[in-house]
Amino acid sequence: MIANFGLDLERYWSALPPELPPDWPGGFWWHWLVFTIIIIAFVLGLVMGFIWLERRGMARMQARLGPNRVGPLGLLQPVADAIKVLLKEDIVPDKADKIVHWLAPVVAFAPVLMIFAVIPFQNGALLADLNIGILYVVAISSVSTLGIFMAGWASSNKYSLLAAMRDVAAVVSYEIPVVLALVGVVLLAGSLSLNEIVKAQQIPFILLQPLGFLLFFIGGSAEINRSPFDLLEADSELVAGFHTEFSGMKFAMFYLAEYAEALFLSAIIATLFLAGWRGPLLPPWLWFLIKIIGVFFVIIWIRTTVPRVRIDQLMALAWKFLFPLALINLIITAIQVLAWPEALPWAMIPVNIAIMATLVLLWSKLFKLGWGRVEV
Amino acid sequence: MMLKTEPFVLNIGPVHPSTHGVFRMRATLDGEVIIGLEPVFGYLHRGIEKLAEERTYGGVIPLTDRLDYLASMSNNLAYVLAVEKLAGISVPERAQYLRVIMAELQRIAAFLIAVGAFINDCGAFFTPFLYMFREREKIVDLFEMVSGQRLLYNYMRIGGLSQDVPDEFFPALDRFVRQMPAFIGEYERLLKENEILLARAKGVGILSQEKAVNCSMSGPVLRASGVKWDIRKVDPYLVYDRFEFDVPTGSVGDCYDRYRVRIEEIRQSLRIIKQAMEQIPSGAVKSDVPHLIHPPAGEAYAHIEAPKGELGFYLVSDNSIAPYRCHVRAPSLMNLTTLREMIIGWKIQDAIIIFGSIDITMGEVDR
Repeated sequence: MIANFGLDLERYWSALPPELPPDWPGGFWWHWLVFTIIIIAFVLGLVMGFIWLERRGMARMQARLGPNRVGPLGLLQPVADAIKVLLKEDIVPDKADKIVHWLAPVVAFAPVLMIFAVIPFQNGALLADLNIGILYVVAISSVSTLGIFMAGWASSNKYSLLAAMRDVAAVVSYEIPVVLALVGVVLLAGSLSLNEIVKAQQIPFILLQPLGFLLFFIGGSAEINRSPFDLLEADSELVAGFHTEFSGMKFAMFYLAEYAEALFLSAIIATLFLAGWRGPLLPPWLWFLIKIIGVFFVIIWIRTTVPRVRIDQLMALAWKFLFPLALINLIITAIQVLAWPEALPWAMIPVNIAIMATLVLLWSKLFKLGWGRVEV
Repeated sequence: MMLKTEPFVLNIGPVHPSTHGVFRMRATLDGEVIIGLEPVFGYLHRGIEKLAEERTYGGVIPLTDRLDYLASMSNNLAYVLAVEKLAGISVPERAQYLRVIMAELQRIAAFLIAVGAFINDCGAFFTPFLYMFREREKIVDLFEMVSGQRLLYNYMRIGGLSQDVPDEFFPALDRFVRQMPAFIGEYERLLKENEILLARAKGVGILSQEKAVNCSMSGPVLRASGVKWDIRKVDPYLVYDRFEFDVPTGSVGDCYDRYRVRIEEIRQSLRIIKQAMEQIPSGAVKSDVPHLIHPPAGEAYAHIEAPKGELGFYLVSDNSIAPYRCHVRAPSLMNLTTLREMIIGWKIQDAIIIFGSIDITMGEVDR
C-alpha cells in the first residue's frame, strides 16, 4: 500500500476527466500547477523541518537542549519564529538604495525554488525534465549570489558590503571546481538530464566518483556558504553579514533562502551521487527524502565541528586544491569511460577510492594554504 | 587600467560579538587587510579605584570582584594580600591553602572561558565554547558552595576567608579533579590537531620575546612568547613554594601557542590543587582581625599570577580606615598595548582571533 503512495503520475492524470484527448493543451498547465504546488510545499515544509533539525541536532551535539518549549520536542518552533518574523516592523536604512534593498531578498530566494523544477522526486516525477538539467542547475544557482550582493550593496553598511564581496569572490572561485566535478558524473551517465542520471546509477556514483563527490561537497558547501566556509555571515567577525540591515519578512526571505540552498545542495548530492530516488523496499520518494536528510545531517555535523577558514585560505583551497584535483578527476574519469564504454565494472570502486585517497593526501602535502601577513 | 581605490574605516565594536565586552577597534582597511588600528576603550569605566578611596579596607573587596568578573577569586586574593602586607596581618595556614585552591580553580575556569571564546572567534559554532562551559559550571558550583555566589564571590577576607568550606566541598572537588583530565583529553581530540585551527592560528599574531618583555606583558601571553615568567615561581606568595608544578611556555608566540599554554596550565593547576588537597591542615580560616583596620601610614604592593597575567594592587595608607590610594595593575590593559603591532597587516578575521587570544576582560581594562 505504502509503495503506491506518493508522487504517482498516473494518479494526478486520473484526476482529469477521461474524455480529454491525450494532447489536450491544458495538460501542460495542469502538470505545471501540480508540480509548482508540490515544489513549494516540499521546499517550505522541508526547510521548516531543517531549521528544527539543525537547532535540535546542533543542541544535542553541543551538550545543551535546544528549543523545546513550542509544541512537542519544540517541533513548532519554526512556526512560532515565522509568525514572529511576519509581525516584525520592516526597517529600511535611510541611506539604503530602496529599490535594490526591496528586491534583494526576492532575487536571493526565487532562484533556489526554481532549481527544484529539474530535480526528480521519483522516476519522471519532476516539473520539467530538461535535457540540459545540470547546466540549468549550475546557471540558476549562481543567481542567488546576485541577490546577496544586492543586499550588501543596498544596505550601505560596511559589514554588509564586506560580506557581499566575500560571497562574490567565493562563488566565482568555487563555481569552477564544482562544475568540473559535475562533468565527471555527466561523463559516466552520458546525459545532462537529472532523471537520466539517476536512471544510470546502477551503482551510486559516490562509489565510482568518490573524488568528484568530495570536491562537489566541499565546493558546494562553500557556494551555499555553510560552515566552514560561512564567511559572509561570520557572526564572530561580521556580526550578521549581508543581512544586518534587513528585518521582518525580508530577513525571513534570506533565512529561508539559506536553508533552501542547503536543501538544494542536499538534493543535488542525493540525486547525482547517492542514486536519487533509487533504493530497495521503500517507496522512491521516501528514499529521496531519507538521502536528503542524511546529507543535510552531515552538513550540520560539519558546522558544529570545525572552525571557519580565512578568506585567503578559502581562495587558496579553491584554486590550488579543488581546481587541479577536479581537472585530474575529469581526465581519469574520461579515460575510464573510454576503456569501458558500456558501464563501469564493480572492480573500479576500490581503484577509484584508492586514487582519491592518494591524490587528496598527496595534494594536501604539496599545497600551502593562504599567504598570511601582508606587509603594510 | 587601475581602478581608483581607497582605504576605509571600519568600526569594530563597542557592541560586537567578538570584542569580549565593550571594546572598540577603529580599523582602517585596505580590502580585507588591516592597515591601521586604533584601540578605543573606556566604555566600561566605573571609577573603581576612586570608589575604593571612599570605602573601608574590607569594603573594597566587593569592588575588586567587579574588575575581572571572570576571575573574581583572583582579584579578591590580590587585594587582600596587598592589605595584609600593608597592615602586617598574618593568615592561618588552612586559609592559605584554601586560597591556593580557590585561585587555581578560578584559573581553570578563566582559561576554559578564554580558550572557548578564542575558538569561537575562530568561527567554530559554539561547540568547544559550550563544552568548556559545561566544566566551568562545575567550578562555579564549587564556588557557590563556599561563597553562595556564582559570579562575584566576595569570599576572601583580610586575614583569611569569610568562612570555612562546607563538608561536601572536598568530595566534590576531588570528583572534579579526577574527572577533569578526561575532559581536557576531549578538548585536545577536538582541537589540538584540527587542521583548520592550525591553519588559522599557527604563525598568526606573533609577539616576539623582546617585544613581549619590553611592553611588560604578563601571564599566558608572555609565556607563549617563550619567557619563563610566572609570579608563583619567581616571587612565591601564599604557600606556592611548597607545590611542584611546571611553567609551560610556547616557542613562537602566536595565537596557537597562547591557546596551548592555557590548556597546559589547566593541567598544572590541577596538579597544584591535588597537592594542596593532600597537604591542607585543619584549623581556623581567619585570623583575629578587627572589622575596621588602621594600617600604619605607608604603601604596599602585592601581586599575584592571575589568569590574565600579573595582577597587582598598590595601596597607600594614611592611617585611616580607608585606603588613601588604591591602584590596580591590570594585566588585561597591559596586554592590550601590543594589540596594534600584532594586528597590522593581518586580515579582519585574524584581528578578531588575535584579540581573542590575548584574552582580556573589559571590566579590568576600564576599571
